[in-house]
Amino acid sequence: MNAAVMPPLRELEPEVQQRIDECVERWSDQEGNLIMILHEIQNDHGYVPREASLLLAERTGIPLARIYEVLTFYHYFRLVPQGKHNITVCNGTACYLKGSARLVAELEDRLGIKEGETTPDRCFHLETVRCIGCCGMAPAVVVDKNTVGRVAPVDIAPMIERIRIQEETQP
Amino acid sequence: MKPTFAKTWQILRNESVRTPDDKYIRVGMDSGGIAAGADRLFDRLITEVAAAGLDLPVRRVGSYGYAFADPLVEVKSAGSSPTLYGRVDEALAAAIVSRHLGEGRMLDDHVIASRRRGTVISGPVTAILVRDTSTLGGDKTQFFKESFEAELADLGQEGSVQVVRALDLGIYDEGLAVQLLPSNVTYTNVLSRDISRIVSESVGKQLVLEHLLWARPDPQLRIVLRNCGIIDPESIDDAIHHGAYEGLARALTSHTPEQVIDTMKSSGLRGRGGAGFPTGLKWELTRQPVADRKYVICNADEGDPGAFMDRSVLEGDPHAVLEGLALAAFAIGAQKGYFYIRAEYPLAVKRIQMAIDQARARGLLGTNVLGSGWDFDAAIRLGAGAFVCGEETALIASIEGRRGSPEPRPPYPSVQGLWGKPTSINNVETLAAVPWIVANGGEAYSRHGSGDSKGTKVFAVTGKVRHAQLVEVPMGTTVRDIIFGICGGVQDEVPIKGVQTGGPSGGIIPEQHLDTPITYENLTELGSIMGSGGMLVMNQNDCMVDVAAFYLKFCVDESCGKCAPCRVGGYQLLQLLLKITKGKGKPEDLAMIRRICTSMQSASLCGLGQTAPNPVLSSLKYFEEEFLAYIEGGIPYARKLKKAMEEGRNLREVAQ
Repeated sequence: MNAAVMPPLRELEPEVQQRIDECVERWSDQEGNLIMILHEIQNDHGYVPREASLLLAERTGIPLARIYEVLTFYHYFRLVPQGKHNITVCNGTACYLKGSARLVAELEDRLGIKEGETTPDRCFHLETVRCIGCCGMAPAVVVDKNTVGRVAPVDIAPMIERIRIQEETQP
Repeated sequence: MKPTFAKTWQILRNESVRTPDDKYIRVGMDSGGIAAGADRLFDRLITEVAAAGLDLPVRRVGSYGYAFADPLVEVKSAGSSPTLYGRVDEALAAAIVSRHLGEGRMLDDHVIASRRRGTVISGPVTAILVRDTSTLGGDKTQFFKESFEAELADLGQEGSVQVVRALDLGIYDEGLAVQLLPSNVTYTNVLSRDISRIVSESVGKQLVLEHLLWARPDPQLRIVLRNCGIIDPESIDDAIHHGAYEGLARALTSHTPEQVIDTMKSSGLRGRGGAGFPTGLKWELTRQPVADRKYVICNADEGDPGAFMDRSVLEGDPHAVLEGLALAAFAIGAQKGYFYIRAEYPLAVKRIQMAIDQARARGLLGTNVLGSGWDFDAAIRLGAGAFVCGEETALIASIEGRRGSPEPRPPYPSVQGLWGKPTSINNVETLAAVPWIVANGGEAYSRHGSGDSKGTKVFAVTGKVRHAQLVEVPMGTTVRDIIFGICGGVQDEVPIKGVQTGGPSGGIIPEQHLDTPITYENLTELGSIMGSGGMLVMNQNDCMVDVAAFYLKFCVDESCGKCAPCRVGGYQLLQLLLKITKGKGKPEDLAMIRRICTSMQSASLCGLGQTAPNPVLSSLKYFEEEFLAYIEGGIPYARKLKKAMEEGRNLREVAQ
């Protein structure tokens, strides 16, 4: 991550600190617990905030560099928050053969962002995943945890429009 | 006084075993089913059943395997045989309760027939499933349904025998197919003139018409998937009721660890993760070293895109995998086991965690398992999206909480694995087969299969296939039988070009080799691998250079970067392929591609780099002309082909 765009560190709320402490405590007698602790932090926040990593380094004695070594190695961990609505295109082989690349292109066009990015208003986040295992419904797109199967490029515009309308009426 | 072991198991089993349900509704609630709306159906069915005042359980089960027809609902009323409905929506769910259960009428267009075929009719025919299975010409199903109904009316039988349009009979290109219920006697290539005889002889006199009979046995053999779609994966009682932990109980009472290893050796089971190392031998090698601690690991980091075998087993029958892990631990002398599961499989994680908790509560895990004096416990460690972590040494690093970099072998994990201790790592499918083998004996397993590839293998068949699904077949079945015999052949009648097995580490089997029996050795000889079981069908609309680049890009993205052959070689190889697909390739590029591939295969540190060139090499082996067409045709050809691919046109026609 570019240092210039890194948000300034903020103070973690006491309850967040407490949850991290509890998590560290719970895993303290388990060997090799770092990844599991990071999973719990990401589950709480949707990403792993830098502040949380700093606190974790302090509490566990694991150097911050090692924590980031792990965070940046694994695709699953995020260092920045996602958008309000997440659109995930499955890019498994079955979906790819059935045109997932065209879905990604269409979404990129419509949202004006690239895969892996979030719109400036933080409303949409677009990403691709390896395989969600719904190969029988290929090509599949996950919109805010709802899986939609057999998606065609023409379905994309209405899909985005629905979310936009929903946002305007009940933000 | 501690109860003796045998008594403990007896009590435990008796508590769980109940009279089988004589009526039920089951909903296939694996990730695929839920994505298609099974969770909403489940709630709807409970409401409908309650509203109708019916007394029958609505149960959650794992995948039936019929991914093409998700979501699936199975219904059984008292005294009749079960009916499986596919592509169920909420309206159909309501109709299942009101019409099927309420009025005893089956519903058209959604029934998936049983794969079991009968040869005798021993009682009155209650229903006739009809389906036009020919792919050419119009769909005559409705016409035949009406013809049957007219014939039945002539006999005055229209009230007692219902004619139902089926969704799938598991038979393809055999003209009109008919299945008589409840005997499952099946006729194929039925012509209009046969209808009156079927009605008068088979329905009227319960005689089988031998010349029409489809007596071919079920091509599938479900050992690993034995309980998927049958048990509630979130209930240990249901699992024990269906035979879970029998194998473990037997091993703990009457077997030594060496005997368990011998059983595994005699079964001939080989690792189902891809490499095919004999399981019994792996356990023996892990048992031999003297160490204060040993570990067993279940590798559930199914990273191959387009494959969902392991996920289906974890979600459908978690106790089988847990029992397999416990048996592995017993055999090698481990006290601790880990499930390494992808975080992207939240439902699998949830169900395995439930299985562990429930088993521990029953004394099937923990200290003094079932009073036998043997200690074993299991825990989950989550993967975090790194394909390389399917490699043994990288997986171990990940469980230890580090980044997943592979280490050179030897030392092998069987000598020096997790935290430096001897460790046996087995794949989900391997472990799920273990309890069956221990309960039924090694010979019962090795009876199936071909040559050095024994038993059964689960495949996830997807891509340009008519009915994408999960199949389990004996080793030695041909690829063609799976694609055409079980999955209904290609989608939209576009001719098949090839079948990719083994995902990004595998290769393509071209059309002319589809009749090869599937064994580890045969697939290797063809330039592919068994892999974990992904089977991707490609047709004439798919460009092999493009697909090779897709797979290679996957491996390049997933390279951990530790060794140069994989990190640099993969990148350069991808650049060459992309150059070719843009129409900017040169003839000498192909020689360079081959050179890089060979270097990567021989010099990479781990399996990822060693196998990453496989899709490229095998495409080049069988479809070199597609590479050459790009090179010769240049940019205009590349543009034309790209456009045709986007429009889903037949590329062979475009190329000419």
